[in-house]
Amino acid sequence: MIKKIFFQSIFFSFLFFKEAFAAESEGMPQLNPEFWISQIFWLILTFGTMYVVLSKFILPKISNNLESRKSQILENIEAAEKQREDSEAKLTEYDEIILKSKSEAKTIINQTREKALKDILSKKEVLDQQIDDEINKAEKEIEVLRISAPDKINKIAIETSSELLEKLIGSGVNSSSISAIVDDLSKRNGDKYYGN
Amino acid sequence: MAANPMSQFDVYRIGPEIKVGAFDISFTNASLFMIISTVSILLVFNLGSKRNSVLPNKMQLLSELSYTFVAKMISDTAGSKAKPYFAFIFSLFMFVLFCNMFGMIPYTFTVTSHIIVTFILASFIFIGVTIIGFIKHGFGYLKLFVPSGVPTVLLPLIVVIEIISYLSRPISLSVRLFANMMAGHTMMKVFGGFVISLGLVGGWLPLSFSVALTGLEILVAFLQAYVFAILTCIYLNDALNLHH
Repeated sequence: MIKKIFFQSIFFSFLFFKEAFAAESEGMPQLNPEFWISQIFWLILTFGTMYVVLSKFILPKISNNLESRKSQILENIEAAEKQREDSEAKLTEYDEIILKSKSEAKTIINQTREKALKDILSKKEVLDQQIDDEINKAEKEIEVLRISAPDKINKIAIETSSELLEKLIGSGVNSSSISAIVDDLSKRNGDKYYGN
Repeated sequence: MAANPMSQFDVYRIGPEIKVGAFDISFTNASLFMIISTVSILLVFNLGSKRNSVLPNKMQLLSELSYTFVAKMISDTAGSKAKPYFAFIFSLFMFVLFCNMFGMIPYTFTVTSHIIVTFILASFIFIGVTIIGFIKHGFGYLKLFVPSGVPTVLLPLIVVIEIISYLSRPISLSVRLFANMMAGHTMMKVFGGFVISLGLVGGWLPLSFSVALTGLEILVAFLQAYVFAILTCIYLNDALNLHH
Protein backbone atom coordinates (compact mmCIF):
# COMPACT_ATOMS: atom_id res chain seq x y z
CA MET A 1 0.00 0.00 0.00
CA ILE A 2 2.74 2.41 1.02
CA LYS A 3 4.73 1.34 -2.01
CA LYS A 4 1.74 2.03 -4.24
CA ILE A 5 1.22 5.50 -2.82
CA PHE A 6 4.93 6.17 -3.20
CA PHE A 7 4.88 5.09 -6.81
CA GLN A 8 1.79 7.10 -7.56
CA SER A 9 3.08 10.24 -5.89
CA ILE A 10 6.26 10.11 -7.92
CA PHE A 11 4.34 9.30 -11.07
CA PHE A 12 1.89 12.13 -10.63
CA SER A 13 4.52 14.57 -9.50
CA PHE A 14 5.97 14.36 -12.97
CA LEU A 15 2.58 14.82 -14.54
CA PHE A 16 1.66 17.86 -12.53
CA PHE A 17 5.02 19.49 -12.09
CA LYS A 18 6.34 19.19 -15.52
CA GLU A 19 6.90 22.92 -15.48
CA ALA A 20 9.67 22.17 -13.01
CA PHE A 21 11.58 20.43 -15.75
CA ALA A 22 10.27 22.54 -18.59
CA ALA A 23 13.58 24.31 -18.84
CA GLU A 24 15.38 21.05 -19.59
CA SER A 25 12.87 19.15 -21.69
CA GLU A 26 9.24 19.05 -22.67
CA GLY A 27 7.89 16.70 -19.95
CA MET A 28 7.52 13.01 -20.63
CA PRO A 29 9.50 11.95 -23.66
CA GLN A 30 7.05 9.08 -24.02
CA LEU A 31 4.34 11.47 -25.11
CA ASN A 32 6.50 13.03 -27.79
CA PRO A 33 5.24 11.52 -31.05
CA GLU A 34 8.40 12.33 -32.98
CA PHE A 35 9.73 8.76 -32.95
CA TRP A 36 6.48 6.84 -32.55
CA ILE A 37 6.43 5.60 -36.10
CA SER A 38 10.05 4.58 -35.86
CA GLN A 39 9.40 2.70 -32.64
CA ILE A 40 6.37 0.94 -34.11
CA PHE A 41 8.33 0.00 -37.21
CA TRP A 42 11.30 -1.38 -35.30
CA LEU A 43 9.07 -3.14 -32.79
CA ILE A 44 7.18 -4.95 -35.55
CA LEU A 45 10.42 -5.74 -37.36
CA THR A 46 12.34 -7.09 -34.35
CA PHE A 47 9.43 -8.80 -32.64
CA GLY A 48 8.21 -10.30 -35.89
CA THR A 49 11.64 -11.64 -36.79
CA MET A 50 12.09 -13.03 -33.31
CA TYR A 51 8.65 -14.64 -33.39
CA VAL A 52 9.28 -16.27 -36.75
CA VAL A 53 12.72 -17.58 -35.81
CA LEU A 54 11.54 -18.82 -32.41
CA SER A 55 8.39 -20.51 -33.68
CA LYS A 56 9.92 -22.00 -36.84
CA PHE A 57 13.35 -23.06 -35.67
CA ILE A 58 14.06 -22.85 -31.98
CA LEU A 59 10.90 -23.79 -30.09
CA PRO A 60 10.24 -26.98 -32.11
CA LYS A 61 13.81 -28.06 -31.32
CA ILE A 62 13.34 -27.41 -27.60
CA SER A 63 10.03 -29.26 -27.52
CA ASN A 64 11.68 -32.09 -29.50
CA ASN A 65 14.47 -32.26 -26.96
CA LEU A 66 12.01 -32.35 -24.11
CA GLU A 67 9.92 -35.03 -25.80
CA SER A 68 12.89 -37.22 -26.61
CA ARG A 69 14.18 -36.92 -23.06
CA LYS A 70 10.74 -37.79 -21.71
CA SER A 71 10.44 -40.83 -23.96
CA GLN A 72 13.97 -41.92 -23.13
CA ILE A 73 13.26 -41.65 -19.42
CA LEU A 74 10.03 -43.60 -19.90
CA GLU A 75 11.89 -46.27 -21.84
CA ASN A 76 14.51 -46.52 -19.14
CA ILE A 77 11.83 -46.78 -16.48
CA GLU A 78 10.14 -49.51 -18.49
CA ALA A 79 13.42 -51.40 -18.88
CA ALA A 80 14.10 -51.04 -15.19
CA GLU A 81 10.62 -52.31 -14.41
CA LYS A 82 11.15 -55.30 -16.67
CA GLN A 83 14.46 -56.10 -15.08
CA ARG A 84 12.92 -55.83 -11.66
CA GLU A 85 10.20 -58.28 -12.68
CA ASP A 86 12.83 -60.62 -14.09
CA SER A 87 14.83 -60.49 -10.92
CA GLU A 88 11.71 -61.13 -8.85
CA ALA A 89 10.91 -64.17 -10.99
CA LYS A 90 14.47 -65.37 -10.53
CA LEU A 91 14.17 -64.83 -6.82
CA THR A 92 10.99 -66.91 -6.55
CA GLU A 93 12.64 -69.59 -8.68
CA TYR A 94 15.60 -69.58 -6.36
CA ASP A 95 13.31 -69.80 -3.33
CA GLU A 96 11.52 -72.74 -4.89
CA ILE A 97 14.78 -74.50 -5.62
CA ILE A 98 15.91 -73.98 -2.07
CA LEU A 99 12.61 -75.29 -0.69
CA LYS A 100 12.80 -78.32 -2.96
CA SER A 101 16.36 -79.11 -2.05
CA LYS A 102 15.53 -78.70 1.62
CA SER A 103 12.70 -81.21 1.40
CA GLU A 104 14.93 -83.54 -0.61
CA ALA A 105 17.62 -83.30 2.03
CA LYS A 106 15.01 -84.07 4.68
CA THR A 107 13.77 -87.17 2.89
CA ILE A 108 17.35 -88.32 2.34
CA ILE A 109 18.11 -87.83 6.00
CA ASN A 110 14.95 -89.71 6.99
CA GLN A 111 15.69 -92.56 4.61
CA THR A 112 19.26 -92.95 5.79
CA ARG A 113 18.16 -92.74 9.35
CA GLU A 114 15.55 -95.46 8.83
CA LYS A 115 18.07 -97.55 7.00
CA ALA A 116 20.59 -97.12 9.76
CA LEU A 117 17.98 -97.95 12.37
CA LYS A 118 17.01 -101.07 10.43
CA ASP A 119 20.64 -102.10 10.14
CA ILE A 120 21.18 -101.52 13.81
CA LEU A 121 18.06 -103.48 14.65
CA SER A 122 18.98 -106.42 12.47
CA LYS A 123 22.52 -106.45 13.78
CA LYS A 124 21.20 -106.20 17.28
CA GLU A 125 18.89 -109.14 16.67
CA VAL A 126 21.74 -111.23 15.33
CA LEU A 127 23.89 -110.25 18.25
CA ASP A 128 21.05 -110.92 20.67
CA GLN A 129 20.61 -114.31 19.08
CA GLN A 130 24.28 -115.03 19.44
CA ILE A 131 24.32 -113.82 23.00
CA ASP A 132 21.27 -115.94 23.78
CA ASP A 133 22.94 -118.95 22.24
CA GLU A 134 26.12 -118.37 24.20
CA ILE A 135 24.12 -117.90 27.37
CA ASN A 136 22.15 -121.05 26.71
CA LYS A 137 25.34 -122.97 26.02
CA ALA A 138 26.96 -121.66 29.14
CA GLU A 139 23.87 -122.42 31.18
CA LYS A 140 23.82 -125.92 29.83
CA GLU A 141 27.49 -126.36 30.68
CA ILE A 142 26.86 -124.99 34.13
CA GLU A 143 23.92 -127.30 34.52
CA VAL A 144 26.02 -130.29 33.48
CA LEU A 145 28.79 -129.23 35.80
CA ARG A 146 26.35 -128.69 38.64
CA ILE A 147 24.76 -132.04 38.13
CA SER A 148 28.12 -133.79 37.94
CA ALA A 149 29.76 -131.75 40.71
CA PRO A 150 28.20 -133.48 43.80
CA ASP A 151 29.06 -136.91 42.35
CA LYS A 152 32.65 -135.89 41.83
CA ILE A 153 32.81 -134.29 45.21
CA ASN A 154 31.32 -137.39 46.77
CA LYS A 155 33.83 -139.53 44.92
CA ILE A 156 36.71 -137.35 46.07
CA ALA A 157 35.31 -137.29 49.60
CA ILE A 158 34.96 -141.07 49.66
CA GLU A 159 38.45 -141.61 48.30
CA THR A 160 40.09 -139.11 50.57
CA SER A 161 38.20 -140.29 53.62
CA SER A 162 39.03 -143.96 52.87
CA GLU A 163 42.71 -143.08 52.41
CA LEU A 164 42.58 -141.04 55.59
CA LEU A 165 41.02 -143.85 57.50
CA GLU A 166 43.58 -146.33 56.11
CA LYS A 167 46.46 -144.14 57.28
CA LEU A 168 44.84 -143.55 60.63
CA ILE A 169 43.70 -147.02 61.35
CA GLY A 170 46.21 -148.85 59.21
CA SER A 171 43.74 -151.14 57.50
CA GLY A 172 41.18 -150.95 54.75
CA VAL A 173 37.67 -150.01 55.52
CA ASN A 174 34.65 -151.06 53.59
CA SER A 175 34.27 -148.43 50.91
CA SER A 176 30.52 -148.90 50.52
CA SER A 177 29.85 -147.99 54.18
CA ILE A 178 32.07 -144.90 53.76
CA SER A 179 30.25 -143.82 50.66
CA ALA A 180 26.92 -144.15 52.44
CA ILE A 181 28.15 -141.90 55.24
CA VAL A 182 29.67 -139.38 52.78
CA ASP A 183 26.50 -139.32 50.73
CA ASP A 184 24.50 -138.58 53.77
CA LEU A 185 26.85 -135.84 54.92
CA SER A 186 27.27 -134.23 51.54
CA LYS A 187 23.55 -134.19 51.06
CA ARG A 188 23.18 -132.29 54.26
CA ASN A 189 26.03 -129.90 53.40
CA GLY A 190 24.86 -129.63 49.80
CA ASP A 191 21.51 -128.48 51.09
CA LYS A 192 23.34 -125.94 53.23
CA TYR A 193 25.41 -124.59 50.24
CA TYR A 194 23.17 -124.94 47.25
CA GLY A 195 19.77 -124.79 48.85
CA ASN A 196 18.51 -127.76 46.90
CA MET B 1 24.12 17.77 -12.57
CA ALA B 2 20.91 16.48 -11.03
CA ALA B 3 19.81 15.53 -14.50
CA ASN B 4 16.17 15.42 -15.32
CA PRO B 5 14.90 12.00 -14.23
CA MET B 6 12.87 11.82 -17.41
CA SER B 7 15.79 12.32 -19.72
CA GLN B 8 16.63 8.63 -19.49
CA PHE B 9 13.50 8.00 -21.55
CA ASP B 10 14.62 10.26 -24.40
CA VAL B 11 14.66 8.66 -27.80
CA TYR B 12 17.34 9.89 -30.13
CA ARG B 13 18.45 9.04 -33.59
CA ILE B 14 21.48 6.86 -34.12
CA GLY B 15 22.92 7.31 -37.56
CA PRO B 16 21.21 9.00 -40.47
CA GLU B 17 17.55 9.85 -40.75
CA ILE B 18 15.60 7.20 -42.66
CA LYS B 19 12.34 8.24 -44.22
CA VAL B 20 9.84 6.07 -46.00
CA GLY B 21 7.29 8.35 -47.57
CA ALA B 22 6.12 10.65 -44.82
CA PHE B 23 7.20 8.27 -42.07
CA ASP B 24 10.40 8.62 -40.10
CA ILE B 25 11.72 5.15 -39.36
CA SER B 26 15.18 6.21 -38.29
CA PHE B 27 17.32 3.85 -36.25
CA THR B 28 17.12 5.06 -32.64
CA ASN B 29 18.37 3.94 -29.26
CA ALA B 30 14.98 2.25 -28.79
CA SER B 31 15.53 0.25 -31.98
CA LEU B 32 19.03 -0.62 -30.78
CA PHE B 33 17.74 -2.10 -27.53
CA MET B 34 14.92 -3.93 -29.29
CA ILE B 35 17.55 -5.53 -31.52
CA ILE B 36 19.83 -6.28 -28.56
CA SER B 37 16.95 -7.93 -26.71
CA THR B 38 15.78 -10.03 -29.64
CA VAL B 39 19.30 -11.04 -30.62
CA SER B 40 20.11 -12.11 -27.06
CA ILE B 41 16.84 -14.06 -26.84
CA LEU B 42 17.61 -15.84 -30.09
CA LEU B 43 21.20 -16.46 -28.99
CA VAL B 44 20.26 -17.86 -25.60
CA PHE B 45 17.54 -20.15 -26.95
CA ASN B 46 19.56 -21.19 -29.96
CA LEU B 47 22.42 -22.21 -27.70
CA GLY B 48 19.93 -23.90 -25.41
CA SER B 49 18.39 -25.99 -28.17
CA LYS B 50 21.52 -26.90 -30.11
CA ARG B 51 22.57 -29.97 -28.23
CA ASN B 52 20.14 -32.56 -27.02
CA SER B 53 21.70 -34.34 -24.09
CA VAL B 54 19.80 -36.24 -21.45
CA LEU B 55 21.73 -34.32 -18.83
CA PRO B 56 21.32 -30.70 -20.03
CA ASN B 57 24.01 -28.09 -19.66
CA LYS B 58 23.25 -24.66 -18.21
CA MET B 59 22.00 -23.07 -21.43
CA GLN B 60 19.84 -26.04 -22.31
CA LEU B 61 18.45 -26.16 -18.80
CA LEU B 62 17.67 -22.45 -18.93
CA SER B 63 15.83 -22.65 -22.22
CA GLU B 64 13.98 -25.82 -21.28
CA LEU B 65 12.95 -24.39 -17.92
CA SER B 66 11.59 -21.23 -19.60
CA TYR B 67 9.82 -23.39 -22.16
CA THR B 68 8.10 -25.49 -19.53
CA PHE B 69 7.40 -22.41 -17.40
CA VAL B 70 5.56 -20.65 -20.23
CA ALA B 71 3.90 -23.88 -21.36
CA LYS B 72 2.59 -24.50 -17.85
CA MET B 73 1.41 -20.90 -17.54
CA ILE B 74 -0.56 -21.20 -20.79
CA SER B 75 -2.06 -24.61 -20.04
CA ASP B 76 -3.04 -23.48 -16.52
CA THR B 77 -4.81 -20.32 -17.62
CA ALA B 78 -6.02 -20.98 -21.17
CA GLY B 79 -6.17 -24.75 -21.38
CA SER B 80 -4.98 -27.07 -24.12
CA LYS B 81 -6.76 -25.13 -26.86
CA ALA B 82 -4.19 -22.35 -26.53
CA LYS B 83 -1.35 -24.55 -27.75
CA PRO B 84 -1.13 -22.99 -31.25
CA TYR B 85 -0.48 -19.61 -29.61
CA PHE B 86 2.35 -20.91 -27.47
CA ALA B 87 5.08 -19.49 -29.70
CA PHE B 88 3.52 -16.04 -29.68
CA ILE B 89 3.06 -15.90 -25.91
CA PHE B 90 6.54 -17.28 -25.40
CA SER B 91 8.04 -14.61 -27.67
CA LEU B 92 5.93 -11.95 -25.99
CA PHE B 93 7.00 -12.97 -22.50
CA MET B 94 10.66 -13.24 -23.47
CA PHE B 95 10.63 -9.95 -25.36
CA VAL B 96 9.09 -8.02 -22.50
CA LEU B 97 11.30 -9.77 -19.95
CA PHE B 98 14.53 -9.13 -21.84
CA CYS B 99 13.61 -5.51 -22.59
CA ASN B 100 12.81 -4.95 -18.91
CA MET B 101 15.98 -6.66 -17.77
CA PHE B 102 18.23 -4.83 -20.22
CA GLY B 103 16.66 -1.64 -18.95
CA MET B 104 18.01 -2.45 -15.50
CA ILE B 105 21.60 -2.09 -16.65
CA PRO B 106 22.80 1.49 -16.02
CA TYR B 107 23.00 3.78 -19.06
CA THR B 108 20.69 1.56 -21.07
CA PHE B 109 17.33 2.35 -22.55
CA THR B 110 14.14 0.60 -21.44
CA VAL B 111 12.08 -0.20 -24.52
CA THR B 112 9.01 -1.11 -22.49
CA SER B 113 8.97 2.22 -20.67
CA HIS B 114 7.45 3.79 -23.77
CA ILE B 115 3.68 3.80 -23.97
CA ILE B 116 3.70 3.46 -27.74
CA VAL B 117 5.61 0.16 -27.61
CA THR B 118 3.43 -1.39 -24.93
CA PHE B 119 0.32 -0.02 -26.57
CA ILE B 120 1.18 -1.56 -29.91
CA LEU B 121 1.82 -4.91 -28.24
CA ALA B 122 -1.39 -4.68 -26.21
CA SER B 123 -3.56 -3.59 -29.11
CA PHE B 124 -2.11 -6.32 -31.29
CA ILE B 125 -3.09 -8.82 -28.57
CA PHE B 126 -6.50 -7.20 -28.20
CA ILE B 127 -7.26 -7.26 -31.89
CA GLY B 128 -5.89 -10.76 -32.29
CA VAL B 129 -7.88 -12.12 -29.38
CA THR B 130 -11.06 -10.46 -30.65
CA ILE B 131 -10.55 -11.93 -34.13
CA ILE B 132 -9.88 -15.39 -32.64
CA GLY B 133 -13.02 -15.07 -30.52
CA PHE B 134 -15.21 -14.20 -33.51
CA ILE B 135 -13.67 -16.94 -35.64
CA LYS B 136 -14.21 -19.58 -32.95
CA HIS B 137 -17.69 -18.56 -31.81
CA GLY B 138 -19.08 -16.32 -34.55
CA PHE B 139 -21.48 -13.76 -33.13
CA GLY B 140 -21.83 -16.01 -30.10
CA TYR B 141 -18.65 -14.34 -28.91
CA LEU B 142 -20.83 -11.35 -27.97
CA LYS B 143 -22.22 -13.52 -25.18
CA LEU B 144 -19.01 -12.61 -23.41
CA PHE B 145 -20.69 -9.32 -22.51
CA VAL B 146 -23.76 -11.04 -21.04
CA PRO B 147 -22.74 -12.88 -17.89
CA SER B 148 -25.03 -15.71 -16.88
CA GLY B 149 -27.03 -15.53 -13.67
CA VAL B 150 -27.48 -11.76 -13.66
CA PRO B 151 -30.98 -10.35 -12.91
CA THR B 152 -32.63 -8.98 -16.04
CA VAL B 153 -33.04 -5.58 -14.41
CA LEU B 154 -29.30 -5.18 -14.05
CA LEU B 155 -28.49 -6.64 -17.45
CA PRO B 156 -28.26 -3.36 -19.48
CA LEU B 157 -25.90 -1.89 -16.90
CA ILE B 158 -23.78 -5.02 -16.69
CA VAL B 159 -23.50 -5.28 -20.46
CA VAL B 160 -22.30 -1.68 -20.68
CA ILE B 161 -19.77 -2.26 -17.94
CA GLU B 162 -18.56 -5.46 -19.59
CA ILE B 163 -18.15 -3.73 -22.92
CA ILE B 164 -16.22 -0.87 -21.35
CA SER B 165 -14.00 -3.28 -19.43
CA TYR B 166 -13.40 -5.27 -22.59
CA LEU B 167 -12.49 -2.21 -24.59
CA SER B 168 -10.21 -0.90 -21.89
CA ARG B 169 -8.14 -4.07 -21.94
CA PRO B 170 -5.45 -2.80 -24.33
CA ILE B 171 -5.17 0.43 -22.38
CA SER B 172 -4.89 -1.25 -18.99
CA LEU B 173 -2.48 -3.84 -20.34
CA SER B 174 -0.20 -1.28 -21.96
CA VAL B 175 -0.38 1.36 -19.23
CA ARG B 176 0.35 -1.23 -16.53
CA LEU B 177 3.65 -2.23 -18.07
CA PHE B 178 4.64 1.25 -19.22
CA ALA B 179 3.80 2.96 -15.92
CA ASN B 180 5.56 0.34 -13.83
CA MET B 181 8.70 0.60 -15.88
CA MET B 182 8.68 4.37 -16.05
CA ALA B 183 7.88 4.88 -12.36
CA GLY B 184 10.53 2.46 -11.23
CA HIS B 185 13.26 3.89 -13.40
CA THR B 186 12.30 7.46 -12.51
CA MET B 187 12.37 6.64 -8.83
CA MET B 188 15.80 5.09 -9.13
CA LYS B 189 17.02 8.10 -11.01
CA VAL B 190 15.55 10.45 -8.36
CA PHE B 191 17.26 8.55 -5.57
CA GLY B 192 20.48 8.54 -7.55
CA GLY B 193 20.16 12.31 -7.90
CA PHE B 194 19.67 12.57 -4.11
CA VAL B 195 22.89 10.64 -3.56
CA ILE B 196 24.77 13.20 -5.63
CA SER B 197 23.11 16.25 -4.16
CA LEU B 198 23.41 15.13 -0.52
CA GLY B 199 27.01 14.18 -1.05
CA LEU B 200 29.26 12.17 1.24
CA VAL B 201 27.44 13.19 4.42
CA GLY B 202 23.82 12.40 3.72
CA GLY B 203 24.06 10.43 0.52
CA TRP B 204 24.29 7.05 2.18
CA LEU B 205 20.60 6.82 2.97
CA PRO B 206 19.35 7.37 -0.60
CA LEU B 207 22.19 5.13 -1.78
CA SER B 208 20.92 2.29 0.38
CA PHE B 209 17.44 3.01 -0.92
CA SER B 210 18.79 2.84 -4.43
CA VAL B 211 20.35 -0.54 -3.75
CA ALA B 212 17.08 -1.84 -2.34
CA LEU B 213 15.14 -0.32 -5.23
CA THR B 214 17.40 -2.07 -7.74
CA GLY B 215 16.41 -5.42 -6.26
CA LEU B 216 12.77 -4.38 -6.24
CA GLU B 217 12.95 -3.19 -9.84
CA ILE B 218 14.48 -6.46 -11.01
CA LEU B 219 11.57 -8.22 -9.34
CA VAL B 220 9.13 -5.79 -10.97
CA ALA B 221 10.80 -6.31 -14.34
CA PHE B 222 10.19 -10.05 -14.13
CA LEU B 223 6.76 -9.66 -12.57
CA GLN B 224 5.49 -7.23 -15.20
CA ALA B 225 6.63 -9.51 -18.00
CA TYR B 226 4.85 -12.37 -16.27
CA VAL B 227 1.71 -10.30 -15.71
CA PHE B 228 1.73 -9.16 -19.32
CA ALA B 229 1.98 -12.73 -20.55
CA ILE B 230 -0.55 -14.16 -18.12
CA LEU B 231 -3.11 -11.46 -18.92
CA THR B 232 -2.65 -12.30 -22.58
CA CYS B 233 -3.35 -15.92 -21.66
CA ILE B 234 -6.48 -14.89 -19.76
CA TYR B 235 -7.77 -12.85 -22.67
CA LEU B 236 -7.01 -15.76 -24.97
CA ASN B 237 -8.87 -18.06 -22.60
CA ASP B 238 -11.93 -15.80 -22.86
CA ALA B 239 -11.78 -16.05 -26.64
CA LEU B 240 -11.12 -19.80 -26.80
CA ASN B 241 -13.36 -21.11 -24.02
CA LEU B 242 -16.48 -19.00 -23.83
CA HIS B 243 -17.75 -19.54 -20.29
CA HIS B 244 -20.53 -17.02 -20.11
